[in-house]
Amino acid sequence: MTMRVHVKVRRFDPDTDQSPWWSEHDLDAEPSDRVLDVLNKIKWEQDGKLAYRRSCAHGICGSDAMRINGMNYLACKVLVKDLGSNITVEPLLGLPVIKDLIVDMELFFEHYRSIMPYLVNNDPVPTKERLQSPEEHERYDDTTKCILCAACTTSCPSFWATGDYLGPSAIVQAHRFIFDSRDQAAADRLDILNQSSGVWRCRTIYNCTSACPKEIKVTKAIGEVKKALLFNRF
Amino acid sequence: MLAQRRRAMPSSNFELYAWFFMRVSGVILLLIAVFHLMLMHASIGVGNIDFDTIAGRWGSPFWRVYDFFLLAFALTHGINGARYVTDDYIHAQGWRVTVKALLYVVYAIFIGMGAYIIFTFKA
Ligand code: FES
Repeated sequence: MTMRVHVKVRRFDPDTDQSPWWSEHDLDAEPSDRVLDVLNKIKWEQDGKLAYRRSCAHGICGSDAMRINGMNYLACKVLVKDLGSNITVEPLLGLPVIKDLIVDMELFFEHYRSIMPYLVNNDPVPTKERLQSPEEHERYDDTTKCILCAACTTSCPSFWATGDYLGPSAIVQAHRFIFDSRDQAAADRLDILNQSSGVWRCRTIYNCTSACPKEIKVTKAIGEVKKALLFNRF
Repeated sequence: MLAQRRRAMPSSNFELYAWFFMRVSGVILLLIAVFHLMLMHASIGVGNIDFDTIAGRWGSPFWRVYDFFLLAFALTHGINGARYVTDDYIHAQGWRVTVKALLYVVYAIFIGMGAYIIFTFKA
């Protein structure tokens, strides 16, 4: 059941290339191979200069988000049989390319840090854990699944238009703490998200929701933050 | 760094209100614009609209207010949408301010003209 695939990869090496170009590769792949396997095969057998990030290879670390046939996926999660025999691989949009499929994630992490992605609680530290009921946890369980791969943020036309926009991922991370019953800095985070670079740049396009490899309901989470602001500040 | 800068900025609810207005006016427009379309285009028929039709219609204050709402909601909704597009896509500050200023001038002129005509019209 081996199939022949034709792979186009968007390439750019700042040391030698004036502008990006496409490298094309024909190779055999199993239908159950992931795009990461295909890229490995290209790198190991055809072109050792091809550069991309990967680490866990199991959809956990979030290193290998990229644009595959026009959609953002983790290369280690999407199967060849779901893409067909023509596969186009590009770096994520909206972030500067360092080399080939590797983008500079600094802007993405700057936005991440700006929403205070850590638990803030100034009460005296309890002797045991800070208790939380299953219902309280359920409130933000979905957004705890984010692996910071940037697939959502770089699929968002508002983020493409202005890198100032915090982007869906930062809002998902903020959601994770805003609705955590143990956290006390929700008001500060809502203030940050209420600015013109925050949630109001979201135009409800839903690209983020289709891009998320962890199937987080991203647009819904953003909507919940908007609603929290509406009911808090109006 | 960025977090500090963001937090230090004065918090304004303007974008929140603008967003909420877009939702509410969207629903209102759906109702009043569709009804307007049915009435003027389907029921009366574009070919039959003349001075007498409008004069008769504006004989009642209800229709004057209705038409003003139609204008005000549609124009505000549209201009605010154009403001969003401007903020998203025009990055050079000078151009952005210029385009937004133009939008606001166009907005003021059309709202002013519309209100003037609708409320001072005499058959
Ligand atoms: S390599 Fe870790 S998520 Fe794909």
